Amino acid sequence: MKLTGAQVLFNALEQEKVDTIFGFPGGAVLDIFDELYRRKIKNILVRHEQGAIHAADGYARVSGKVGVCLVTSGPGATNTVTGIANAFMDSIPVVVLTGQVATSLIGGDAFQEVDITGITRPCTKHNFLVRRIDDLGRTVREAFDIARGGRPGPVLIDIPKDITRSLIEDTDVSWTSSLSNNNQKASIEDACAKALDMIRKAERPLIISGGGVLLGRAPDELRAFVKMLNVPITSTLMGIGAFPASDPHWLGMPGMHGTYYANMAISHCDLLIALGVRFDDRVTSKLDAFAPHAKVLHIDIDPASIDKFVKTNLSIASDCKPVLQLLNKWIGDDSFVIPEKQTKAWLDQIDQWKKFAPMTYCQTDKIKPQYVVETLYRLTEGKAIIATEVGQNQMWAAQFYHFDYPYSWITSGGLGTMGYGFPAAIGAQVARPDKVVVDIAGDGSIQMNIQELATAVNYDLPVKIVILNNGFLGMVRQWQELFYGKRYSQSNISNVPDFVKLAEAYGAVGLRATRPEEVETTLRKGLDTPKTVVMDFHVEPEEGVYPMVTPGAAITDMVLSK
Amino acid sequence: MEVKENTISILVNNRPDVLARIAGTFSGRGFNIESISANITRNPEITRIIITTLGSRETVIKLEKQLSKIIDVLEVKDLTRVNATCREMVLVRMKLTDANHMKIMQTVDTLKWKIVRMDADTCILEVTGGKKEIDDALALLDTMGMDDFTRTGVVALERQK
Repeated sequence: MKLTGAQVLFNALEQEKVDTIFGFPGGAVLDIFDELYRRKIKNILVRHEQGAIHAADGYARVSGKVGVCLVTSGPGATNTVTGIANAFMDSIPVVVLTGQVATSLIGGDAFQEVDITGITRPCTKHNFLVRRIDDLGRTVREAFDIARGGRPGPVLIDIPKDITRSLIEDTDVSWTSSLSNNNQKASIEDACAKALDMIRKAERPLIISGGGVLLGRAPDELRAFVKMLNVPITSTLMGIGAFPASDPHWLGMPGMHGTYYANMAISHCDLLIALGVRFDDRVTSKLDAFAPHAKVLHIDIDPASIDKFVKTNLSIASDCKPVLQLLNKWIGDDSFVIPEKQTKAWLDQIDQWKKFAPMTYCQTDKIKPQYVVETLYRLTEGKAIIATEVGQNQMWAAQFYHFDYPYSWITSGGLGTMGYGFPAAIGAQVARPDKVVVDIAGDGSIQMNIQELATAVNYDLPVKIVILNNGFLGMVRQWQELFYGKRYSQSNISNVPDFVKLAEAYGAVGLRATRPEEVETTLRKGLDTPKTVVMDFHVEPEEGVYPMVTPGAAITDMVLSK
Repeated sequence: MEVKENTISILVNNRPDVLARIAGTFSGRGFNIESISANITRNPEITRIIITTLGSRETVIKLEKQLSKIIDVLEVKDLTRVNATCREMVLVRMKLTDANHMKIMQTVDTLKWKIVRMDADTCILEVTGGKKEIDDALALLDTMGMDDFTRTGVVALERQK
């Protein structure tokens, strides 16, 4: 039987158990969309290709599956680049299918031609240009293997239009992966034994966990590890949710807007157990003042993350899960405990730091953004999936929505992409129709992909958008306030649209609160409405995110409040 | 840490964009390429790329890790740290005059270089050797009427497997 390239593509996607993709059609992918018309795979039609890639990313984060995005050549492809870079920085498995002009036209500046494999080479884990229809099946299989294998990441497949149309005998389609199999894993036993020895000797141990614990599906192992060892833990922005925020062992987030006690603990610990982190500069700030007294035990799947910035005393280049499983087994078998008196002074010290500078804010007669987030936490009982945009909204969400559950926190950590949250929330809602999904947004960020309201309404996705509307690009304004003499250059955007009317124009529900006493009723009403809802909270315009580490300084050099 | 020249051997799948991936990793991650040479190996589906780069040992380790992440890279080896023979080649065009003709011929003969092309008033010499030999040869030829030259990157091979 003869198959078209488009048919081979869908057969390949079905083999990978793909049931939902996010896409937008165009000339070079007409044959693919024509085949889609006959298939069971569901496409969520977005309104901008950036929405498609972020939605696929959000879908992947929540479901643990590979997100798939399908766009046309040229501008369709370039519109996904920000989202690809975003997934690359946060190690999210997505496969991006881009149309390309016919093979005979490639390189000739054809209509809607762009060298997308060239453009995305530095921000994909790998990419492919399919030159022969024989290679298509194999290429899709390899792309999925690469996207989800090892340290996950985005993979792009560029498919010329003639290949989607040309015919191949189904028996001639090659499915054999040509990826080299150098997966002979070095034994982790010796290193784990040394690690346990370091832990045994520590008087001031601290765990820092990151996105790698979530990507490695190891939150259960992490929880058991902390419980057995009775050691305090801080989680990076990407690691939030792996360990319950309500557990007294948790110190909150470290780094630039981390808690006082997490940063103090890092700066005074004698053993830092780093699990699935890559020590971003927003975590470490000034490197030679980071964990200056600590031996560093670093476990990460990517050898390139080890000794990149923070020098380790012992490292294990492995997925976190098998390491934690082995350590937990040994700890359990030996009834291993760190003697209480060995760490008592340390745990007491941490309690004092917690009491000295707890996470708090001052309530006034204006709505405080932190209050909106906390009320949302209370009303959803901490069980919602929270996506965020980037900036102050993101930091307040991280600080005041106390995440107890893994895979319920979706944020653009590495790239810091404004406009990420709403389409990512759409992807999350598609993956988890049973959950309440909320995008915590700023009035600046939400306008960067506001067109996706049409997508959410079109598919009856009851995503809730909580806009912390302060009339500013808030984080820019905060830096200008603190470091640029309050010269608010280009950060005042108070001439914003009427978000309630805007929501209504798209067929969504719009709600507004301007006074603190309206916050709870507005949130309640929004959450109870089974539709796409935009909630516009007019918050204190010049509220800041605190604590804040002075940029470039040691993480103990913190401004605690305004 | 001491900055020195390092010779890195990279075995890669022979695919059209693999050189761009390697070069992009150098430029994008802040490493430099001093010289480069590439060609197929005994298995024509595999290409060996030899790159020389300046940096400390620490830098080279970071570079090796980043290169190893490229899907089409099969092996990365720092040849500076093993027993390897390194050679370069240079083609030199000399302007021939009555004054320098004999001297060039004598030098070529003594140093066992090769004349690969002889024309009425120019000739092209071929010199192979280690980096220092090539540097010295070029310095000498520069005093004898050198018109232009083209120099390859380093090729290198381990003495034992």
